[in-house]
Amino acid sequence: MEAGTATAPRARRTAPPWLAGLLPLLILGAAIAVFVAFDAPGLGERNGVPVEELVVERTVLHPGEIELVVRNDGPDPVAVRQAIVNDAFVGFSQSDPQIDRLRGGKVTIDYPWIEGQAYAIALVTSTGGTVDAAVDVAAETPANDVGFFGLMALIGLYVGVIPVAIGMLWLPWIRRIDPRYVQFLLALTLGLLAFLGIDAALEGTEIAATGAQAFGGAALVFLGAGAAYLALVGVDGWLRGRRTREESEGAGPWRLSFLVALGIGLHNLGEGLAIGSAYAIGSLALGTALVVGFALHNTTEGLAIVAPVARAGEAAGPARLGRLIGLGALAGLPAVLGAFVGALAYNPSLAAFMFGLGAGAIAQVIVQIAPGVRDKAGRLLHPLAVGGLLTGLVLMYTTGLLVSV
Amino acid sequence: MSRPTKISRRKLLGTAAGATAALPLLHETVPHRVAHDQFARAAGTDGHAGHSAGGTATAHPKGTQRRTIGSVDPRVNGFDPAEIVRDFDRGTVTQEGGRTVRTFEIVAEDREIEVAPGVKFAAWTYNGRVPGPTLRATEGDLLRVKFVNGSGHPHTMHFHGIHAPRHDGIPEVAPGDIAPGKSFTYEFEARPFGLHLYHCHTSPLAEHISKGLYGTFVIDPKQGRPEADELVMMMNGFDTNFDAENEIYAVNTVAFAYHDRPIQVKRDELVRIYLVNITEFDPLNSFHIHGNFFDYFPTGTKLEPRDFTDTVIQGQGERGICELRFPFTGKVMFHAHVSEFADLGWMGFFEVVD
Repeated sequence: MEAGTATAPRARRTAPPWLAGLLPLLILGAAIAVFVAFDAPGLGERNGVPVEELVVERTVLHPGEIELVVRNDGPDPVAVRQAIVNDAFVGFSQSDPQIDRLRGGKVTIDYPWIEGQAYAIALVTSTGGTVDAAVDVAAETPANDVGFFGLMALIGLYVGVIPVAIGMLWLPWIRRIDPRYVQFLLALTLGLLAFLGIDAALEGTEIAATGAQAFGGAALVFLGAGAAYLALVGVDGWLRGRRTREESEGAGPWRLSFLVALGIGLHNLGEGLAIGSAYAIGSLALGTALVVGFALHNTTEGLAIVAPVARAGEAAGPARLGRLIGLGALAGLPAVLGAFVGALAYNPSLAAFMFGLGAGAIAQVIVQIAPGVRDKAGRLLHPLAVGGLLTGLVLMYTTGLLVSV
Repeated sequence: MSRPTKISRRKLLGTAAGATAALPLLHETVPHRVAHDQFARAAGTDGHAGHSAGGTATAHPKGTQRRTIGSVDPRVNGFDPAEIVRDFDRGTVTQEGGRTVRTFEIVAEDREIEVAPGVKFAAWTYNGRVPGPTLRATEGDLLRVKFVNGSGHPHTMHFHGIHAPRHDGIPEVAPGDIAPGKSFTYEFEARPFGLHLYHCHTSPLAEHISKGLYGTFVIDPKQGRPEADELVMMMNGFDTNFDAENEIYAVNTVAFAYHDRPIQVKRDELVRIYLVNITEFDPLNSFHIHGNFFDYFPTGTKLEPRDFTDTVIQGQGERGICELRFPFTGKVMFHAHVSEFADLGWMGFFEVVD
């Protein structure tokens, strides 16, 4: 109250603090209103021809029909007027005669496409510009029925949940081995994670390049990575606070395992997305080679989850089955979700962001695990650790070859 | 960056970019049996019948009709292919010392035209139309072609024919390029008789021609040719996205113009087609008639046909006269036998009536 009475005489003459904070915003609003009302005074007419940028986000094939989901990525409206497939004008219909900035649209082309062939599509705009799209290998886009959802769930289980669960079965073994080897395994985990992180970031950047750049393009990967990193730091901090209050010291390793599982889960979300969308556009072979490859690839992820627990030994507390299942589900199930999203609503910008999430989450997990690799002298990159790191990278690289046929 | 979408159609397959290539991790192809079966079912007899034109060669319910969507309004465009096809400009005729003098006035004009429904093209025109007016004279006439450059760019008029270098309409020889707002009268004797053309010769040549500065130039032999229903067809193309390749092909500019509105001809009447290839960027174009054959007079400089055929190939700037009679009534197709050009607009019909 003292402060209140002290400032009371001035309050009559000056505005309250909240108004002072609002003032620049009000002035900005007024300035914009005036600027718009007078149609950008002094700037004159727009210079140059309209910039037409239309991005094909998704290609859907049905019998006798090719559907392009497009988005206006440029500053000016785009009007599609004709469509050309393999050097021939073709009949088509579209959702909107003109697509405004950042708006999406759908162009449905009547075309007797033949399975297994490639098609070059050009949408001719009102100014004569062309927007190109390619169907590399024509195959019907699967219908979104129950069977399809079942299939996607099965794929997610095969490539996500089951391999991770199998990998976690190493837990009893690594709890018994010499702690020095556990250090090696942790370093190996770091190697695995580093590979996944780099892989996610690169793939995200690659996908971002195909999407609408107005949404940020490759920046979305970094935004996603930053968001995931910070979110995990937050979750970690919250868990630490809770644990110190409620649980014993031994909870630390499980907290670490949880974070590893969460990070890997976010990564598998992106992986599922890639699988689902590849399936949707017919460029995915659901063969045994792919599933086996993913199984080997992702089994190592299971190892990464349980490694932090092993380091703590018996102090980590009992390995309750429910807890293990929970961790496995956290790491693996997002692959199922990703597969759904990828097959149903694939969008390059969204996919890039999700890959970014995975990369950021993994980066944070690496930071979390790294201290556990230090030897007694406090060195991080001691020979054993370097050996583990390299082994992890090589393991991921070689198993990765199986799925990048 | 003013036109980021100008990747050419033909280069597209090579790059294999786009959303479909976004997933290298999982890129593998296999025969898609399930999809194929579904496809076969959908394309079967049940359903979709409304779309099928009946008895088409493919099993697909749709997409057999390859053409553009909508139509071009000639009133908005300022010229009509249906009129251009029979429009001959014989100039203002006077006599000087017993000699026929034909005076023409041609104005170059920048103008946006519609080359396919909804697709605009910033053309350069002679007298506001593409192709420019078909100029016609008789061998031995004196021609005075006053060229007024109302365009924002320098242009010329270069005639094919036998004439003095000063009247050849090229930048390298005076008077050279005719600057915007300036004019020049090209003067020469109409010879030799035959089917010729004129076009702008300003550099860069391909640009000045492909933007629309060309027209047909007919010199009749003194004794004339047999009475006939005479048609002018300039085979042209348009590079609408500036990738040095044509996106749209046509005769007399508008894609599928005579496909949608056939050219009416009378049965058994002699039809004479003045066929000129002014297509830029593609070395060859061709003309093919269905259900009929024609006498072909290359360049029209001889009165005897060289060939009796149903298909001719013309290089850039090549031309020839086709003479034929239609023995049956009904719709008779004609198109480039370069199938790509046909599918991209160079396809039409004659409607033969009694």
